[in-house]
Amino acid sequence: MSRGREFLPLVSSEREEREGEREEGANKTSILPSLSLCLLSSCVSLLLVEEIIPAHTLPVADLTVLGLREVGIFDGLAQRFHSCCAGLKRKLKWGLMGPRLGKRDRLRWSHLYTFACARSTALVDDEQSSLLGPGFSRIVHCNQSQLHRKPPLNYCNNYISTTRYNAITFIPKALFEQFRRVANIYFLLAAILSLTPISPFSPLSMIAPLSFVVGLSMAKEAMEDWRRFMQDMKVNRRRVCIHKGEGNFGNKQWQDIRVGDVVKVEKDQFFPADLLLLSSSYEDGICYVETMNLDGETNLKVKRSLEVTLTMEDDTAFKDFTATIKCEDPNPSLYTFVGNFEYERQVYVLDPSQILLRDSKLRNTSYVYGVVIFTGHESKVMQNSTESPSKRSRIEQKMDSIIYILFTVLVLISLISSIGFAVMTKYKMPNWWFLQPFNTTSLYDPSRPAVSGVFHLVTALILYGYLIPISLYVSIEVVKVLQATFINQDILMYDEEIGKPARARTSNLNEELGQVDTILSDKTGTLTCNQMDFLKCSIAGISYGVRASEVEMAAAKQIASEADDPENVIHDHWEDNVGAYGSSGIELVNGITCMVEKTQKPAIKGFSFEDDRLMHGNWRNEPTASTILLFFRILALCHSAIPELNEKTGDLTYEAESPDEAAFLVAAREFGFEFYKRTQSSVFIRERYSSSEKPVEREFKILNLLEFNSKRKRMSVVVRDESGQIILLCKGADSIILDRLSKNGRMYEIDTTKHLNEYGEAGLRTLALSYRVLDESEYSAWNNEFQKAKTAIGPDREAQVERVSDMMEKDLILVGATAVEDKLQKGVPQCIDKLAQAGLKIWVLTGDKIETAINIGYACSLLRQGMKQISLSIANTDLITQDANKAAKENLKLQLTNASQMIKLEKDPYAAFSLIIDGKTLTYALEDDLKNQFLSLAVDCASVICCRVSPKQKALVTRLVKEGTGKVTLGIGDGANDVGMIQEADIGVGISGVEGMQAVMASDFSISQFRFLERLLVVHGHWCYKRIASMICYFFYKNIAFGLTIFYFEAYTGFSGQAIYDDWYMILFNVVLTSLPVISLGVFDQDVPSDVCLQFPALYQQGPKNLFFGWPRIIGWMFNGLYSSIIIYFINIAIFYLAAFRSDGQTADMAAIGATMFTSIIWVVNVQIILIINHFTWIQHLLVWGSVVAWYIFLFAYGMASPTISGDAYQLLQEALGSAPIYWIVTILVIFACNIPYLAHISFKRMFTPLDHHVIQEIKHFKLDEVDQHMWKREKSKARQKTKIGFTARVDATIRQLKGKLHRKVSSLTIQTMF
Amino acid sequence: MNDYHGSAAGPSSGSGDGSAPRRNSKRPKYSKFTQQELPACKPILTPRWVISVLTLVGVVFVPIGVASLMASNNVVEIVDRYDAKCIPGNMSSDKVGYIQDDTIDKSCIRTLTVPKDMDQPIYVYYQLDNFYQNHRRYVKSRNDAQLRDSEQADKTSGCDPEKNARDGSPIVPCGLIAWSLFNDTYSFALSGKILTVNKKDISWKSDRDHKFGKDVFPRNFQNGTLKGGATLNPNIPLSDQEDLIVWMRTAALPTFRKLYGRIEQDLKANDTITVTLKNNYNTYSFNGKKKLVLSTSSWLGGKNDFIGIAYLTVGGLCFFLATAFTVVYLVKPRKLGDPSYLSWNRNPSGH
Repeated sequence: MSRGREFLPLVSSEREEREGEREEGANKTSILPSLSLCLLSSCVSLLLVEEIIPAHTLPVADLTVLGLREVGIFDGLAQRFHSCCAGLKRKLKWGLMGPRLGKRDRLRWSHLYTFACARSTALVDDEQSSLLGPGFSRIVHCNQSQLHRKPPLNYCNNYISTTRYNAITFIPKALFEQFRRVANIYFLLAAILSLTPISPFSPLSMIAPLSFVVGLSMAKEAMEDWRRFMQDMKVNRRRVCIHKGEGNFGNKQWQDIRVGDVVKVEKDQFFPADLLLLSSSYEDGICYVETMNLDGETNLKVKRSLEVTLTMEDDTAFKDFTATIKCEDPNPSLYTFVGNFEYERQVYVLDPSQILLRDSKLRNTSYVYGVVIFTGHESKVMQNSTESPSKRSRIEQKMDSIIYILFTVLVLISLISSIGFAVMTKYKMPNWWFLQPFNTTSLYDPSRPAVSGVFHLVTALILYGYLIPISLYVSIEVVKVLQATFINQDILMYDEEIGKPARARTSNLNEELGQVDTILSDKTGTLTCNQMDFLKCSIAGISYGVRASEVEMAAAKQIASEADDPENVIHDHWEDNVGAYGSSGIELVNGITCMVEKTQKPAIKGFSFEDDRLMHGNWRNEPTASTILLFFRILALCHSAIPELNEKTGDLTYEAESPDEAAFLVAAREFGFEFYKRTQSSVFIRERYSSSEKPVEREFKILNLLEFNSKRKRMSVVVRDESGQIILLCKGADSIILDRLSKNGRMYEIDTTKHLNEYGEAGLRTLALSYRVLDESEYSAWNNEFQKAKTAIGPDREAQVERVSDMMEKDLILVGATAVEDKLQKGVPQCIDKLAQAGLKIWVLTGDKIETAINIGYACSLLRQGMKQISLSIANTDLITQDANKAAKENLKLQLTNASQMIKLEKDPYAAFSLIIDGKTLTYALEDDLKNQFLSLAVDCASVICCRVSPKQKALVTRLVKEGTGKVTLGIGDGANDVGMIQEADIGVGISGVEGMQAVMASDFSISQFRFLERLLVVHGHWCYKRIASMICYFFYKNIAFGLTIFYFEAYTGFSGQAIYDDWYMILFNVVLTSLPVISLGVFDQDVPSDVCLQFPALYQQGPKNLFFGWPRIIGWMFNGLYSSIIIYFINIAIFYLAAFRSDGQTADMAAIGATMFTSIIWVVNVQIILIINHFTWIQHLLVWGSVVAWYIFLFAYGMASPTISGDAYQLLQEALGSAPIYWIVTILVIFACNIPYLAHISFKRMFTPLDHHVIQEIKHFKLDEVDQHMWKREKSKARQKTKIGFTARVDATIRQLKGKLHRKVSSLTIQTMF
Repeated sequence: MNDYHGSAAGPSSGSGDGSAPRRNSKRPKYSKFTQQELPACKPILTPRWVISVLTLVGVVFVPIGVASLMASNNVVEIVDRYDAKCIPGNMSSDKVGYIQDDTIDKSCIRTLTVPKDMDQPIYVYYQLDNFYQNHRRYVKSRNDAQLRDSEQADKTSGCDPEKNARDGSPIVPCGLIAWSLFNDTYSFALSGKILTVNKKDISWKSDRDHKFGKDVFPRNFQNGTLKGGATLNPNIPLSDQEDLIVWMRTAALPTFRKLYGRIEQDLKANDTITVTLKNNYNTYSFNGKKKLVLSTSSWLGGKNDFIGIAYLTVGGLCFFLATAFTVVYLVKPRKLGDPSYLSWNRNPSGH
């Protein structure tokens, strides 16, 4: 395994120096002192600008021609002076006007930055240099938003809307949506035709159900859209501070912001629109921005204002501020921006580092001023958002094809019927004098049978419409809404801390949850909380920290539980020998329980270290105390954070750019090395456990700061301590540090490496710490070179700085290593384990760095030691030429082929592969000619991690998996950068944590914690899948059974289109009499209870394998329907058609036969559903038996109604049927004749080829799980899918390894004894 | 494993109490219903249950079948097809001409022999064949409102083409059904003595009371150019025209029987009944058979072996299935809840 995964996202930004609170308070009224202060400060700033700036008198234009926007040091002295003077003037003015607002921080520390770069204040002396032509037409008049309220610069306002409809478009659009369903169109046509005499039914009987169905669906649409609207309004009504003229700022709603407005955004607020940064609370106009919602990256990004505007640092500065921005038109590219800024008759080039994007968040900066460039739907993030696609589950898609089949059947029998009718009309009807065949309309014209046949075709199509269940859609909709309610109401998916329950935002994907094959997960905020906990460390070759990581805990538990398993004989065998291992596991378990109790107390955030040897100053008693001291000092000094005093509690918090760094500082504080102050040149540390008993405050002069970047994978500081000694402190990725050790610095290398491996295996992020003592001359020589490199001009500046830094960071002495736990969200590893056991594949797609991602992979057990990692990457090609592209692609192709070959040749059945790929490589891998190869490789790998992927790539990967494998994918994420993925995946799940709502708004389901995914899929998904599947099958069955009887009868009426049933029966059949039981099936049925679902994750595989909605099953149900229809029809007809059906001698007419047949149908389909339902609560009983009873009640009531309404059904039950024994006898006969074969079928199947849930039902039914707990436990563990990821896999691998060792040991023992 | 799961998915109460009141408003309320934990009965199909059910069904069905067959066997039925026999030899090539010729006397005499003792009441039916009373055009051709209420005599919608008389006044009863009313008549004599046929109460009481008005009299009936079937006495209200009422109950199939009357007198075996019938009704156009049926009835109605056979078949099938199950189960039993049948135990390699 490559060990390149253990370094942290450290600092990568400019830092600012603080100065005292110079301008505060004291001189409020006096002009002169304030003037002098201003002068002073300006001069100081002038002097501190850069150490030595040779007069760069290069013509400005030359630079821009060269395209060197990143040429940071290009601050011409003159210009600097100019701006300073401008600032001075302004300050003078403000001084006159009154008190200034306090500034939090002072800055100017540039001399410590190594990679400080890029303030692009390039002046453009004339405008032709850029921004001509189409695509660059936008003009923004800053601070003059009124100009943007009228043409031609009338840009859209900041109102956003993600709703599908509005009040006017709702009816037409929603209707259109409804009638996009084929079945609804059909029913609409049928309803229209029912107004003509062609129809076999009364118009009401066609229109009523249709309007009911459509109305219900539309009401649901309206509800959902209303919710979206309310969400939008919440965003639109957020308030922001905006310049209202005359230097006054006031609050305004987001939606009222116009282009050109100057807004003030405060700390931890979201930017309301795309802004141009003008100035910030930091004097050099930088600010920190968190773009998690945009790209999912968690480290803060630094934005810098233009030099000319950074002095506008309070409200009054904007009184007369005017400027013009000319820039690109709205576009979705997040990382580019092209524009010019015209201010005081100078033109400055703008680049992306001045642009603050909507939905990113201001961090670590008290406030910024910005001018609005793009608003509302023109902002980059909104341009990125795509219309959320309406998704349909696979079951529903399949249902469509069933409906097409039924349509075909419908058309077919309609054709048969109309041909039959034409033939009858032509040859027979002329003889049927009782029909007066020669005195008729064209509907029954024997002289033109073809015309009549065509008319009849339409009639037949309407008549047999009962084959197509009109109520199916609406029933499914009702069922899904109720299922969604259960999901929303599930108390076990409610998060107490956040206070949010799970939400099914669209209900039409419930059953899809039960068929998921691949989960594509975001990392930060989804798997991790992005909070680091200092957990362990290794100092001077001794490992400290007793608390187990989450992975270790679970592994220990697993081993402990397996240890009690007497079935596992081999296990026992090694248990005796390797007893130490097992018992330590058990110990750990006990340790965990008490630890869990402990964590109930408010723990220190970022610090979970536990080891009395180091705590409370005990480290001084350790033999290696001096090394430990050094270790702690490195922790406290080697960083770039700023301490911040919390005024309420008096605690210090650290504003670091990565949570790791904060964790280190917290750790250092807890160990007694509290970093409490930072000045321009020094770091102050309060040491609690120094030789004297009192805390000592020490000052360390920071001479240089060699920053972190992903290439260097390390950072260093050069400090001068109080004794004047110069030390370089370096922390970095262990592989990097270990390579740079001096000969005598390798004292602890072996032990530390061992510990690093252990930490890595435990899923922790590791860093190695080292130092080097420098002597004065060495340092100053180096420093000269370093400064030269820093101030060098040209593209190779960074390379030079890096080279010089490199020179210094060598011959290091290893001190130790740290292990930080990237706190996973609660229950994530367990959840991943369970999901893996349920046979789901999990891919991680993250915008984060490859190392971070790999670390998390380890922490979640998606990766483990011993897994074969396939890393796909292509060499950095700076030249973006055709050739380079081609070469990169060839290279990738080769890598893909090699990897596939490797997997193919692998013999070990336990071998697991993992695939790691970065965004850049992915761009090639996703190209058409490579993507299939890439996919097939990825599918063969147990886990796939994609790093540094853009939101678009996330979506593309999702699409690739979805389309390439044809299986159901689930995308889960929490940020706006996951929106594409969430929308593209078959199911999008949003984590509704504390961050923005974009992901949730785009999602189909939202949960507040990743761990709820397990319950959502394994319980609700499984149930919903089975429910919907059996519900749809049953629906088709019931409609076929009913619809075909209509057809048979029609064949006996000379194909004339007469139905044997009263219109009312037919309306009620679908809408009332048989819909409620099937809804109860769809809403309440449970094959096994939820705890069993969770205990036997293998049951979930019934969904992805689609055991319950495959074609054989569907066709089986159709045949069952056919069979039932035949039995129902012919038994009834054979008994009733001729002979008297009562002892009074009356014969049955159509109404009597119709009612009897209908009674049979109601009974048959309801008994059928009883055979399907697994789970009877009072609700099922009520609905099923209620339906049957409702039919009798209806028939009775209908018979009581006036004969003009009921016609021949008048008093039918009361007078004719009720008292006729044959009516009841036939009902019973038909019920059994129809359902006995099905009963025999399922009993037979169950008896000889039971499915898993059958057996489990039986075990539960006979309470075997209580009687034989061992069996139950054993089966639970066996039910896990063979998985190569997750804890279980890791534990299995460990066990295998141990067994292997033991085996070797035993065999060697035997060999020895033989001798 | 179960333990940690429990803690992971369980409601982690206790934390976050500080801000509880506002947040908890979103907390789903616990109820057995919303958590889908309602007490439920979960029947499973055990072999014992299946075999018992099948046996039980068989045990119940076979006696019912036997009883039905016996009932059916006790019914004595005389069926006499007369449509062909009642045509004079010279007209047999032109049956339609014969039937449409009003000048020919349509009387015909048939002799029936009673096969077994027939207890009264003996029901007299006429049975038509190939007569599509269920044709949509036919079924729809009536107007119930008009039949019921003399006030609504001119409601003739749906009655096409027998709607109005030539002068535009409504036909009562309108429509094809009434127009094609069956008009063969039968009179019976047993060894010279007339057997009275009681034609009272052959229709449903509800029809007489509520669907055919007591004050609705036939009007303009059979006055058109095309003569249909029977004429009605315009002085008798529709509620008393029971033949019409029976006829208006359209039959479900093209072969049907309708009640003509009752002979309320026992008949002995080998009695010879002379039937004098008026063979008026035209079934010759469409080759429809006409039959006269005399039948007694049982508790199940008329003679109908099918129901008994069906019951016996289903009952037999149940017995068969029960036996088959038992046998197969004994040969290859599966212990209920035997975990070795779980998929992961059956084919441990391939999940």
